Amino acid sequence: MFPELNNLLNTTPDKAEQGKLTLLCDAKTDGSFLVHHFLSFYLKANCKVCFVALVQSFSHYNIVGQKLGWNSGPCAFEAGVGTTELNPWPWPLFLSPLGHHHPRNSTLACEAQAWASVLLARYCAHMRRLGGISLTVARERGQLVFLEALKSSVDIFFQTPSEPQPLQFLREASAGDLRPLYAFVREALKPGDDEEASWRPPVLLVDDLSVLLSLGMGAVAVLDFIHYCRATVCAELKGNIVALVHDRGDAEDEENDLLLSGLSHQSHLILRAEGLATGFCKDVHGQLRILWRRPSKPTAQRDPSLTYQYKIQDKTASFFAKGLSPAVL
Amino acid sequence: MLESLLALGGLVLLRDSVEWEGRDLLKALIKKSALCGEQVHVLGCEVSEEEFREGFDSSINSRVVYHDFFRDPFNWSKTGEAFPGGPLGALRAMCRTTDPRPSTIALDSLSWLLLHFPCTTVCQTLHTLRNQGSCCGDSSLVQQVNVLGLLHEELHGPGPLGALSSLAQTEVTLGGTMIQASAHILYRKPRHQPTHQVDPTTHLTFNLRLSKKERETRDNLTLPFQFSSEKQQALLRSEPNQASSHILYEPDAYDDLDPEDPDDDLDV
Repeated sequence: MFPELNNLLNTTPDKAEQGKLTLLCDAKTDGSFLVHHFLSFYLKANCKVCFVALVQSFSHYNIVGQKLGWNSGPCAFEAGVGTTELNPWPWPLFLSPLGHHHPRNSTLACEAQAWASVLLARYCAHMRRLGGISLTVARERGQLVFLEALKSSVDIFFQTPSEPQPLQFLREASAGDLRPLYAFVREALKPGDDEEASWRPPVLLVDDLSVLLSLGMGAVAVLDFIHYCRATVCAELKGNIVALVHDRGDAEDEENDLLLSGLSHQSHLILRAEGLATGFCKDVHGQLRILWRRPSKPTAQRDPSLTYQYKIQDKTASFFAKGLSPAVL
Repeated sequence: MLESLLALGGLVLLRDSVEWEGRDLLKALIKKSALCGEQVHVLGCEVSEEEFREGFDSSINSRVVYHDFFRDPFNWSKTGEAFPGGPLGALRAMCRTTDPRPSTIALDSLSWLLLHFPCTTVCQTLHTLRNQGSCCGDSSLVQQVNVLGLLHEELHGPGPLGALSSLAQTEVTLGGTMIQASAHILYRKPRHQPTHQVDPTTHLTFNLRLSKKERETRDNLTLPFQFSSEKQQALLRSEPNQASSHILYEPDAYDDLDPEDPDDDLDV
């Protein structure tokens, strides 16, 4: 995540707000850096995350996350290593080198757990040196539920799945709604047993919703999907939703405009990344407009709308007031 | 200002945008109605009941009935709790509720209804809601019903917006600048019927009146190109495969019909 963006939004992983829908949109530029920011933000905040990735593969997000190197604190699950309870993960993973020891044998189980703790600590240190949160690790420990649409769409086209799939609409000639996808999200984020009670409120991340329009869904169907996700994730589970929509602008795409406007009205926070009106610039990659909506408490001291310019660097992004890029000062 | 918005009755349209939200104004109007002791029914499609009731104290909450179509409007959870007929069915049921009859109905939002139902159906339902008081024959029970509709302008084209505008008694458009918000209010006062018919032929510089003789002459006038009954019958009886054709000619007053051939004296 980008600490400067956290400062602008006046939030940190420890005190993230709950029950909010954040809309990310980009116009004439690529706003996916915001997706990476929020993915790492909520993983760092120890929230359970369901990521519906419709555009890129799992390894893409993993590599970008590690490259951006935003882990500045202790590894998130080190806190769990010190518990005496047998965590279902990771010790079976580390148990295989020890042979076929029955886990119910208490002495061997304690040894295994100690061995697993050592390995975990070494792995965490290694990850810290690399400087990133590994999505693989998050997925293995159950914190991240990742729907890799690129892979599962191939399965849907070339095999006949026996049970309903989240992307079932790809096979149907006239799919009216995204009910299977909603069912997948609800199943992924519903509160589990006690061992998962340590996760913070769940988060749904979607990258991105405009692709659903290209795949044949209507704007109203996508709006209904987000409506149901809001009802479940935000209202019932007190979690958050972050979704990216592209603004085509001049392309006269009425469905996309309807989707963007409809989602804007449902959102609590809108982050809009725009390319500069004057064109490409080496030192300023774009500008970010932040719009707060639907405040639960009136915050007189905060402006509802702010605009900043940004530059994306190798491992971070810097934000500054308009016209005050370090290159021109 | 809130009293004047509720005074006219009928449909009050609150048009908002992404930057200028209208839900707070809708809640303020609901609060005003409830404080006057009126029963308010809310058709909630966009926010949860908990979020909507935020800011209302217990006295107002007791007068606000929230019909929840946010949690599961299309019965995806298949629990069977869905209201039969959906949101529009619930609205029509509000028309028929008599004890106590709601005096304010708030729609959060009209945009949601327009996205999911045809514009004509929504307009017909609004029309029925508006004339709720005249459903029963007794005029003493005619009650002014306020229908408050929240509408997100960017989501609809000029057609639905125009249709709703024509149904509305009051339209409030929210906007503003960086410094402050503003509301543009349009009232549609009911049209007055004329009490007496004005004679258009008075006070003219020319004469438009007819005397009795002139009227009789005009009535007896035969219009040119008017078919006689014989010609009418012949045309009506005409068959498609007629071997010979007939010429039907009706001489008028100036015709001089001479059966002789005028070219008879030519020596050709």
